[in-house]
Amino acid sequence: MPALIEALGLQKHFGKTTALAGIDLALPEGKITAILGPNGAGKTTLVRAVATLIRPDAGRLLVLGHDSVRESMAVRRLIGLAGQSAAVEPAMTGRENLAMVARLYGARRIAARAAADQVLSQLGLDDAADRLVRTYSGGMRRRLDLGASLVGSPRLLLLDEPTSGLDPRSRIELWDAIRVLGAAGTDVVLTTQYLDEADQLAARIVIIDQGRVIAEGTPGELKSEAGTDRVELRTRDGEGLALAAATLAGFGDAAPEIDVATHRFSVATSDGPRSLAIAATRLNDAGVEIEDLTLRRPTLDEVFLSLTGHAATAEPAEKPTKRRKGESK
Amino acid sequence: MTATTLASPTLAAPTLGHKGAGLFAATLTIAGRAVKKALRTPQLIVAGTLQGLMFLIIFRYVFGGAISQTGTMSYVDFVVPGFVATTVLFSGMGSAIAIAEDLHEGIIDRLRSLPAPSLAIICGRVLGDMALTTWSLTVTTAIGFAVGFRVHSGVAQALLAFVLCVVFGFALSWLFVALGFVAGSPQAAQSTAFLVFPFTFVSSAFVPVSTMPSWMQGFAAHQPVTEMVNSVRILTEGPAAQAVLGHSVGAYLPWATVWALLIVLICAPFSIARLRRG
Repeated sequence: MPALIEALGLQKHFGKTTALAGIDLALPEGKITAILGPNGAGKTTLVRAVATLIRPDAGRLLVLGHDSVRESMAVRRLIGLAGQSAAVEPAMTGRENLAMVARLYGARRIAARAAADQVLSQLGLDDAADRLVRTYSGGMRRRLDLGASLVGSPRLLLLDEPTSGLDPRSRIELWDAIRVLGAAGTDVVLTTQYLDEADQLAARIVIIDQGRVIAEGTPGELKSEAGTDRVELRTRDGEGLALAAATLAGFGDAAPEIDVATHRFSVATSDGPRSLAIAATRLNDAGVEIEDLTLRRPTLDEVFLSLTGHAATAEPAEKPTKRRKGESK
Repeated sequence: MTATTLASPTLAAPTLGHKGAGLFAATLTIAGRAVKKALRTPQLIVAGTLQGLMFLIIFRYVFGGAISQTGTMSYVDFVVPGFVATTVLFSGMGSAIAIAEDLHEGIIDRLRSLPAPSLAIICGRVLGDMALTTWSLTVTTAIGFAVGFRVHSGVAQALLAFVLCVVFGFALSWLFVALGFVAGSPQAAQSTAFLVFPFTFVSSAFVPVSTMPSWMQGFAAHQPVTEMVNSVRILTEGPAAQAVLGHSVGAYLPWATVWALLIVLICAPFSIARLRRG
């Protein structure tokens, strides 16, 4: 069975800017994959290459076994794309928008309308189906845009920063929709610069930075690669903190971090949940009153920092802000 | 609307044939969208019509009295052919803006990712523009008749003149599509007005070129809009127009055709290349 996406030394340059500096990737079918990286990392360029919108300068890209350049039409039959903005026509109704896309997939008028209706109810837009899209809220437009990428029943759904610019509620609704699609068997590849989004949705994460893949794996694998667990506790006051620190002297793998201002104590440990039990017993025996005690796994933020040396949200200084326009020039 | 609706078990994706649309069907689909958009944005149509009406009234009744260099022709017969022919430039500006908007909003990307020939994206736009341009031409012609314009040749020649305007509109539609690709953003596409205005006014559309300073005449007498306007003028007004312009239709019509052809031959390959490059 061919891989969902297979890239070999994929490169793309826009003038002096290197968007893809040699991507090697083999994504298996059957999972939601998140491509994670900061602005300008090359996420959008990679998705646009998979969607046959740009021709790579070097390397090879296969989508479900089809070459993205030589067999672009075969690839287009298998994919659905939703970009960073809601690419829907405001002067048409929701139903007309989806039917138009279905028509371009080759459906006849009646089949196109049926497909549109099915997707509209799937995304909870039945009530708005006959309203002009210019009356839709931002969240509804994005959902309709997702619908447009679904109406051709694609094998592979490509979502480029699907929730950028959405309010938290719309974001969660879109997450739900994506999860349901993944569960129903559609392969989803999405890009995001939000670590929590990748963590929430994806079974597999590919981290790219400056046009290269720098890490790949499940969220759990990436977290354990990046560092150790930490036992963290918080006390009510400074006195309690001092007592806790004295009780846990020598506990853990390294010197603890103690934050007097917020009464927090934190120490790295390699024993996992067992260390939490030991700490709890010692504190209890010593009669230390604590407000909170947790075993914290590294966040993807920390993973990112340890892999790249810069935070995920920071923009690399040497690159211009990535926008579709800038990339297409 | 919520997760519960979405999680319903009937969620199988709809199944389409996946064969992809052909060039013809895809072109019609995309042209349909362009026409729908225009019809459902009536403020654009109303504003366009009012602007045309205002222009014509100003030239016909305000400047017209002072423009006395049109020989035996009445000014209204002189100016209306110019007014109708230049309509295609103003309606073309809208198509540059529409292409730039589609690029900016990711609609071009969406359409290109579908299993339909990308050529249909441009052909559909041009076909839709043709329909809209033909409508604008009909409206401006009607306004022309309303302010006193009359045909002094024959019905067949007048119809030919109208068809010529449609053909010119077709050629310019390719030009404006190309300009939309160059502009890239709707704001930048607005500046095609800086191209439209000199070509419209530094031409024989509203005043005889012979009244302009000689350094300007070189451009005004030979640029495509003038060749086009003079062809329409002679076709609709016959000998009177020929007397004012000093040449027969044979001096203008071939050039108008060559210009139209040249514009398509340059702009169509350019736009298609830009579209495919992404």
